[in-house]
Order: sequence, then structure tokens, then C-alpha cells
Amino acid sequence: MAELLIRNGCVFDPLNSIEGERKDISIRDGKIVEKVGRKARVLDVSGLTVMPGGVDIHSHIAGSKANCARMMRPEDHWRDPEPKTKYTRSGVGHTIPSVFTTGYRYARMGYTTVFEPATPPLKTRHTHEELNDIPIIDKGCFPLLGNNWFVMEYIKQGRMEELAAYVAWMLEATKGYAIKIVNPGGIEAWRWGRNLRHLDDKIPNFDVTPREIVRALCQVNKILNLPHAVHIHPNGLSEPGNYQTTLDTMDCIHDIQRANGPTMHVTHVQFTGRKGWSWADVRSGATEIADYVNAHDHVSIDPGQLIFTNVTWMTADGPAMFALFKFSRTKWFNADVESETGAGVVSATYKKSNYVNAIQWGIALELALLVKDPWKVYLTTDHPNGGPFTAYPRVISWLVSKEARQRVIDKINKTARRRLDLPGIDREYSLHEIATITRAATAKSLGLGCKGHLGAGADADIAVYGIEPRNVDPAKDYEAVRKAFARAAFTVKDGRIVVKNGEVVRSTQGRTFWTKPQVSEGIMKTVVSDLEQKFDDYYTVCMANYPIEERYLTASQAIATRGDV
Amino acid sequence: MSAECISPDFVAGKSLREIELTQIWEGNRRIKLGSIFKVQGEIGRTLDDCTVKITGNVSAVRRIGFEMTGGSIQINGDAGMYLGECMQGGSIIVAGNAGSWLGTRMRNGHIEVQGDAGDAVGGSARGGTKGMRGGGIIIHGNCGTEAGAWMQNGTIRVKGNCDLYAGIHMKNGTIVIESNCAGRVGAQMTGGKIVVLGNMGGVLPSFQFEEIRSKAKAGDEKVPGPFYLFSGDVNEEGKGQVLVRVTDNPDLKRNERLIEG
Repeated sequence: MAELLIRNGCVFDPLNSIEGERKDISIRDGKIVEKVGRKARVLDVSGLTVMPGGVDIHSHIAGSKANCARMMRPEDHWRDPEPKTKYTRSGVGHTIPSVFTTGYRYARMGYTTVFEPATPPLKTRHTHEELNDIPIIDKGCFPLLGNNWFVMEYIKQGRMEELAAYVAWMLEATKGYAIKIVNPGGIEAWRWGRNLRHLDDKIPNFDVTPREIVRALCQVNKILNLPHAVHIHPNGLSEPGNYQTTLDTMDCIHDIQRANGPTMHVTHVQFTGRKGWSWADVRSGATEIADYVNAHDHVSIDPGQLIFTNVTWMTADGPAMFALFKFSRTKWFNADVESETGAGVVSATYKKSNYVNAIQWGIALELALLVKDPWKVYLTTDHPNGGPFTAYPRVISWLVSKEARQRVIDKINKTARRRLDLPGIDREYSLHEIATITRAATAKSLGLGCKGHLGAGADADIAVYGIEPRNVDPAKDYEAVRKAFARAAFTVKDGRIVVKNGEVVRSTQGRTFWTKPQVSEGIMKTVVSDLEQKFDDYYTVCMANYPIEERYLTASQAIATRGDV
Repeated sequence: MSAECISPDFVAGKSLREIELTQIWEGNRRIKLGSIFKVQGEIGRTLDDCTVKITGNVSAVRRIGFEMTGGSIQINGDAGMYLGECMQGGSIIVAGNAGSWLGTRMRNGHIEVQGDAGDAVGGSARGGTKGMRGGGIIIHGNCGTEAGAWMQNGTIRVKGNCDLYAGIHMKNGTIVIESNCAGRVGAQMTGGKIVVLGNMGGVLPSFQFEEIRSKAKAGDEKVPGPFYLFSGDVNEEGKGQVLVRVTDNPDLKRNERLIEG
């Protein structure tokens, strides 16, 4: 395969502690190497910003609920059509782009790896069908396990080893990457018309609490040595005063330490970091949450930045979606997935003049700015809940420039402006820190050793942005930064140039990552015989039809781990 | 074909050659306007001098008159879908029939169709919640389903019959139907007024009978009655009014016993 030399770029590679050095990057056979021969193709990017390809840890890009949202929202399609080009297919969609367009738009922003963070195990076959079709980017998905009947039954019986083996079986069966918990127990309660707001509420019919689920699955994560932390969306999403539940959720596993990184990743904290007693006095709980994250190493977060635009809310958290539908009064979709989980989809529009929306916008930015260590907070908009992923460049401009933030602060709801701490925060991210929160830290958190850095042996996923760090002050030229991050000058995927000047010039097939944990045969046998009985009792499908075969994935990349049971 | 450029706003001040070379979409390909249409005549200097006359059947051409602000368009044949979409002024006259989404999301101006019209006249585009915001549409023939869906203001007058769901989700404005309706008039409406002079095909159970009125006001015009007045849609806590002529709706006579005294 051809060799490629990216010459003389200004390289930001936080994992290898390279900050803005002039450097050449050599690529051979889709990997970064120390040196290439003289015949290598040369890409001269003198002075331009070079970073590893972006890694998005949380973005709802595929699966049955994304597809339900597409069906429910034809208006999202005609608002944002994209004609075909010589290299790309046509597509539509602002908040929920069609499958191919998702891949192209990510690649245009210099992103090369994206994880779908919530897929009901039973519907994961559908998720993989969509992931297979998303071009260019590498991807993976996190199966939902926080409301699974088998999980809750094993916890109730105190059978931790069997639970670990079941999770291992499930990850392999669904070709999933990590454990995702959404509103632990709350979705089960929603089947009975209720929701769980606190960590010690009892789940109907199971006599288990959310605390037990979170702790057990974090222990399982540790036992199985999974590459990523447990990905958690806590109870009480979007309710005023839920920041306390979020803190309790973080603190309930403080004694469980994982060798290779944080034990828990708490996601879209903007939705779960609210103080106050009612919607009229919702305040930001960002300070308390940031203080906790600063003081502890077992937890990382992503803010789920809100963007003032039309959005689609979609989550497995059915009760929260119903509560939000009562505010938005637009369109609502609700689903129940057998013994596993549920889902909800609602369309909505965030407005600067709306007090709660303005507070949400502020909470997310406060979190990103108050957490001191950029290795603990990652850039997301919880696409499409907080805003579409295409708004990342805008979020970056807010992070690098106080002036850019101030321009929005001047326009938001006056009461919210008064109550937020944001106007008093002076911190401005450097490009190095932006590279950390958008690629290095996320790749590290996901345990993807081949991603997020530009050292020898890494995948040759590289983004070149059209700004010269020596001549540009991000704090002042935030518009230039935004434009540069919106349209990468070059995106290189597996050593091939896929984007030039913000336009896709080649469509490639990305890989799907999944985890294959190994556990002892004896314990797996026990679990499989348990499951055979339970499948007959609970499921509409038989057990033999449930696992997704590896050949179902167009480009499968398994990551094997060895469990301690 | 999608030809947003066929509008007085685009034509004004351009040469015939420029207009012929304008690119339009045919399916997923770009073609020149001149390859489909023969462009001739004189072009007015100002917008109000411009009248675009289209001769022939253009029922396959969509979005004629998109966002036009003045002047006029005359179509001596059938027109396609989305005629006058988002129009802000001027007038469109169609001698034949018009397609669906006629005058969708229009803000002002006037559309007159001598023949029939399709579905969602003056309505919102698929999935949207914003219908026409002003102006007037007159249809001399019949019209399809969901006339005035999500309508926010303006007037629609249908001289012929109307299919199901006239005024669905309507928020404000007026719809006058001079002949019969297929039923379910005003479903989920929250405001506005619908006047039916023929048979309405029954009233939805979520509408409340108010009184009998001797005449109905439709725009500046007063129509002699008497009319049954219903309000609703109660399911949406709506305050819309449906007025339906007593003489053509004997099935609604049962409501008269609700009148006190």
C-alpha cells in the first residue's frame, strides 16, 4: 500500500505530550510509522494544525430509536437535504441525518471514530445494520444493561460471578463494546407508570435498588477487564434538583478502582446536574459536580452541550421522555423492549429566551470549564439531544474564547444570565486541551490504544485543520477556529485521504469495534443453561436466534479481554 | 422537476438568455430551464411589472413561485406541487388544476385556481407545524384532504367539495367551504374558523355545540344562515369555531334539543 508523509504540520498529540511542534507524520499500510521511503506521497501542510482523528464517545447515530426519530420527523429531512456528489450519496437530516450522511459529516469535521451509546440488546442487530452502512468512520455500540431482568435477578440472588459471565455473553452476543446503564431500574418502573428518582428507591417486583445495579455492573466491568468504564445516564434525568442523585451515583462506587482508568463515565451531565426545587428556580449544579470530579479519579464526565436549535430528544429513558413531552407538546414516541429496556423520542426546540434552556446551556459550559483536568471531561452534545454533532465546532469556539461565550450570554434569558456562574469564568481552552477533550482523552477512556494519538503503531486517522496556531489567537479569532473545525482541510482515515477542504473525496468502510471477554468455561455453562430456561420464559425470540454472528458485521474488530472469573 | 426560479422575483431584470441558462433539478440531475421551456417575451424592469405566463401542462414542475414577493404568475394549464410555497406577495392564477401543498407556508399574496387542488392546501410541509400565515387562496373546484393543516392565518375559500380533515391542527385564520365535506372537519384545531355551506359529513365527538347563528362572517363578507356553531377541538383545549349551515345538515338537528328554553 502507498506511503504517505504529512509534512511540516503543527502537531497536537496530547497522549505523546506533543504540543504544537512542527513535525512530519509518516504513514504506511494504514498505520503511523517512524519513517517512510523517499517515494512516499507528500502532503505539505506547513504550519497547519494536525491532530489525531476525532473520537466521539457519545453520539446517538444508529439503532432503532434513531430510525424511529427519522420516521417521526419528516420535517427534519426537508430542512436539511444534501445532494449527492461524485464520491458521496445524497442524504437528509439536520438532527438525525441519514446513515451515509452521518459518516460524511463526521469525516468533514475530522472525526474518525464514533460510538453509539445506547442500543437495546434485542435491537442491536438493527444497530449493526446501520453501523455497517455508515461510511468512513470506525464505530461501536454500548448495549443497555441497567434495566435487564436477568441482571436484576442475578443481583438479587447475589450471584456476581454468574452476572459477570452473563455480561460477557451479552457483549459477545450483541457485538457490543461497553456496559451502558440508563436510568437504572427507572425504565422497569415505567412499565408500572412510575419512575425512580433516587438511588435507593426499590424497583417494582425485583426488590433491587439502582445503587445495587450501578455497583454490581461496575464490579462486573472490573472483573471482566473491559476496555471502557461503565457508561452511566443516572436517575432523574432533566428533573430539577437531580444533581444530588448524580453525585450519589458517582459516590456509590468510590471504593471500586479500575486499573486502566475511571470506573464510571457519567454522560450528558447537563441533563442531570440541576439544582432547585421546581422549573422556575432551576439552577446550575455544575460547581458541585465539577468539585467532585476534580477531587476523585474514579469518574469522568461529558457535558452534553446544549445548542440553541431544533433538536430531537432520544433516549432509552422512557419516563423522562414522557415528562419532557408534557413541556414540548410536540411529538412523542415511546417503546418497550421486552425484558430489557425502553425508549422515548420527542422533538423540541431550544430557545435563548427560555429560562430553563439558557440554564442548561450554562451548566454544560460551566462543567467543561470548571473540571480542571481535560482528561476527565469530553466534548459531546449528546447528539441529537443537546444539539446535532455538527455543532461541535461552535462548542469548541465557546471553550477557546470567553468573548465567544459572552456574545451568547448577552442574548440569553436575563434571569438565567444572573443566576449562572458562567459570566465570571475566565478559563479559555488551548488547542492542546481541545485536542485532549475531542480525541486523546476519549480514545484513552474507551481503551482504544490505536486511536487518539500519532505515535508509531497508531491507526493513521489524522485530521488537519486550516488554522496556523502560530498566527491565530483562538481567544480572539474564534470564528476562524469554528470554521476550521467545521471543515477539516484534510481528513486521513487508515492512511487514505478521505476529506479535502471540507469535502469528502473518498468513501471508505470503517470498522466496528466490539469486546470479547473471556470467562471460565464452567461458569459460562451454568449461565447458558440458566439463559436457555429464561429465554423460553421471557423472550419472543429463541436463544439460538439471539446472538449476532460476527460475519454480520461488515468490518469486525474484536477486542479480547480476560475476565477474572 | 423542481424549479424555484420560475417566479417574478427571479425573472425581474434578467435577460431571456440568462433565464434559459438557469439550472433546475430534474430528478437528481441539474438541467437548464431552456431545455424544457421556450422562454420568450419582454421582461419588466420592476417586480410589479413582471407577469410570468406559463403555457402548457406543468403538473410535473414543483415549487413554481417559491418565496415570490410581488408580480404575478399565470399558468394556462395544470400546475404541480408546492405552487406558491412560502410566497410573500403577488398573485398566482391557475387555469387548470393545482397539485398538493398549494400555497404551503405562504405569508401573503393571492392564489386562485380555476380547477381542483390537491391535498394540504395552505398547509404545512410534511411533519412541520407551521401552515400558511396570511394571504388568500381561492379554489373553484374541489380540494383534497387536510386543507389548511396547521394554518396560522389567512383565508382559504373552496367553491367545490373538500375531502377529509379540512382545517386539521388549525391555529387561526378562516376556511370557507361552499359545498360538501367528507368529514372530520377541524380535527385537533386550536383556533380559527371553518364555515361549511354544504353537508359537513358529521361533526367530530370532540366538538361542543354552542348555539344557532343567523349568519356567519367569513372575512369581510357576511353569509346568510342559519348556522350551527360548534367549538373545539376539546381534546386540544381548542377555541376554534366550526359553523355549518343548518339546511344541508339534517343529521345535526339533534343538537337543537340542547338549546335551553
